[in-house]
Amino acid sequence: MIRTQRLAAGVCALLAALAAGIAFPAGAVADETTASAPKVDLVLDVSGSMRAKDIDGGTRMAAAKQAFNEVLDATPENVLLGIRTLGANYPGDDRKAGCKDTAQLYPVGPLDRTEAKTAVATLSPTGWTPIGPALLKAADDLDGGTGSKRIVLISDGEDTCAPLDPCEVAREIAAKGIGLTIDTLGLVPNVKMRQQLSCIAEATGGTYTSVEHTDELTDRVNQLVDRAADPVVTPVATQGADSCAKAPTLKSGLYTDREEFGQERWYRVDVDPGQELRASVSVSADRDMNPDYGVLLRAVTVHGREIVRGEAAGIGRTDVISTGLRYPKAESDEDEAPAETVCLQVTNSFSAASGVKTTPGMPLELTVDVVDGPSQASDVASFGLGRGWWLLGALVLTGFLAGLLWGWLSRWRVSIWRTN
Amino acid sequence: MRITRVVSATLLALGLAAGPAAADSTPSASPSEDSSAPTEAGTSFRTAAEIDQGRTVTASGSAGDYLYWSFPADAGQRPTVKAKVKLPQEHAGQTWQIDVYDGLRRRQACQYGAQARTAAPGTASVDLACVLRTVRAWSEPWADDPLPGTYYVRLTVVGLKTADLGLPMDAELRVDSEDIGGSAAVDGSLAEPLVPGVAVTSEADEEDASASAVLSSIEPEDGWSSGWWSDRWVWTAVGGILAALAGIGGYALTRGSGRPTRVPPAA
Repeated sequence: MIRTQRLAAGVCALLAALAAGIAFPAGAVADETTASAPKVDLVLDVSGSMRAKDIDGGTRMAAAKQAFNEVLDATPENVLLGIRTLGANYPGDDRKAGCKDTAQLYPVGPLDRTEAKTAVATLSPTGWTPIGPALLKAADDLDGGTGSKRIVLISDGEDTCAPLDPCEVAREIAAKGIGLTIDTLGLVPNVKMRQQLSCIAEATGGTYTSVEHTDELTDRVNQLVDRAADPVVTPVATQGADSCAKAPTLKSGLYTDREEFGQERWYRVDVDPGQELRASVSVSADRDMNPDYGVLLRAVTVHGREIVRGEAAGIGRTDVISTGLRYPKAESDEDEAPAETVCLQVTNSFSAASGVKTTPGMPLELTVDVVDGPSQASDVASFGLGRGWWLLGALVLTGFLAGLLWGWLSRWRVSIWRTN
Repeated sequence: MRITRVVSATLLALGLAAGPAAADSTPSASPSEDSSAPTEAGTSFRTAAEIDQGRTVTASGSAGDYLYWSFPADAGQRPTVKAKVKLPQEHAGQTWQIDVYDGLRRRQACQYGAQARTAAPGTASVDLACVLRTVRAWSEPWADDPLPGTYYVRLTVVGLKTADLGLPMDAELRVDSEDIGGSAAVDGSLAEPLVPGVAVTSEADEEDASASAVLSSIEPEDGWSSGWWSDRWVWTAVGGILAALAGIGGYALTRGSGRPTRVPPAA
């Protein structure tokens, strides 16, 4: 009996220790890694139209509030979450004032669920729909840190603050920040709104979702927040030059850059003898493009001779077009053979209708890996080994003929020996 | 003498039987359902959800999303990617497509399979399939043959009406592969599989084991094959044995049975 109690006590102590062990480092890590923690800013439309009662019998606002409450409960610990509203404060008719109406409801930081929920509860549908300005401010909210950044925009109407096109704003934000994604959700959307919100999403590599029910909204926002929490490699910003001589030298890693229509981008990579260069490049279609496009990646020597190229062309709807190449540099007999500088040239054949802005350029993602070289093939088949019935037949025939010959030879020798 | 013949005949028969038996290709991936299979897909090459072969994974998204998964494929395998898209009850007809890219983000051709398919209005689901070429252990740098490493699958809608944009959808994806065996065993091998970021990962491993995010940490369940084994060893060895036996047979034939007749018995 005593033994059982002791055992139970021991188990309890062990569990407590484990729990403490799990709890404490989590807290400590949160402090240490705030700089690299993922950040999410939820941007909620609180314009007058949110009063409409068309989501599961309740108002759009009620649906959004319910979804927010559930999302706040489910937000992972390591995510720094903030909430921004648009059209929450200015009820008047002055367009200028209405289009500035965006406020930070809850600052981006470690989440206090009760406080955040209280803040959300105070919201009531009021003003205009200044999506563009709200996005700009939201991008500022997320400024700093090295973690992934995500804006989740929930809106029920298109932007009412032209001429500032929220789509252009999104593209500019994407061009400024690295790893910032805007996901959009449209509540009971119409055609124009769908186009606008999906344009915003595509400009930053985000997603667009139409929402008709509260649970859809909750699920989707939860999914997006969870996605933000997944650790992702953040690419390093670089700027390719327009010729190899001026190009930046890259090491193994993931890089990002911008490339305009018809522009050339050059990079340099040093490859030692016996090493293999692997490079892949993706150019994103972040705006309205013509449906035929392509990308070309060339590895060129410093003297301009092409070594190898990767090319890809595509047709139709796409988020990205990508290609890659391998260049194994042969072993050198010299002891201290110098590394070869390989120039990488990236060009694209995207095009767009005349009205589409060409700057900033399209996002370009470049992966460079310099690894040990492959062992070259000296024969087509593995180790020059054979396979199949023809091989067996040939071997059997050869063996048989060899045996026969050997037999005759020895008989002949024996008979010669006998006669002598 | 007779014993030798019997033994050699038996060996011959055995060899003939064993050769093709060992050479027979067997399907590699055994189907296994797992509750821990991913229920999410990524939205770019960088965030692609890593999946194993022989396991059905699911994901939910919206029409218009680009869903990405990545799976490992090793030398000698011929992967088949199958996807099923479940559409909402009401839609105006959508065309869905899967594309497969290798570890260098080069698009890989499908030998056969319906890579893109249009769902007529009201259809509940679309099935897509793509059978890749056999993965080789080595190829020339100028070729885009499939090589061992990470493979990316992108599932997206390529044709839809604006009214359908953003509608919810569910996807199911499964990758199986057939083991092609020795007929696809080529000479040469890569030092590292074609896994993006492998150079960065191996550096990080040396410095600090707890490297956080990596581009692709994918690996087959039983590791990458070393590439030296193939059933070509069996075929060649059996061929050698058969040749030796045939040699003995040929030799024995020339000897006839017993002593040559021409030799006088008193010699």
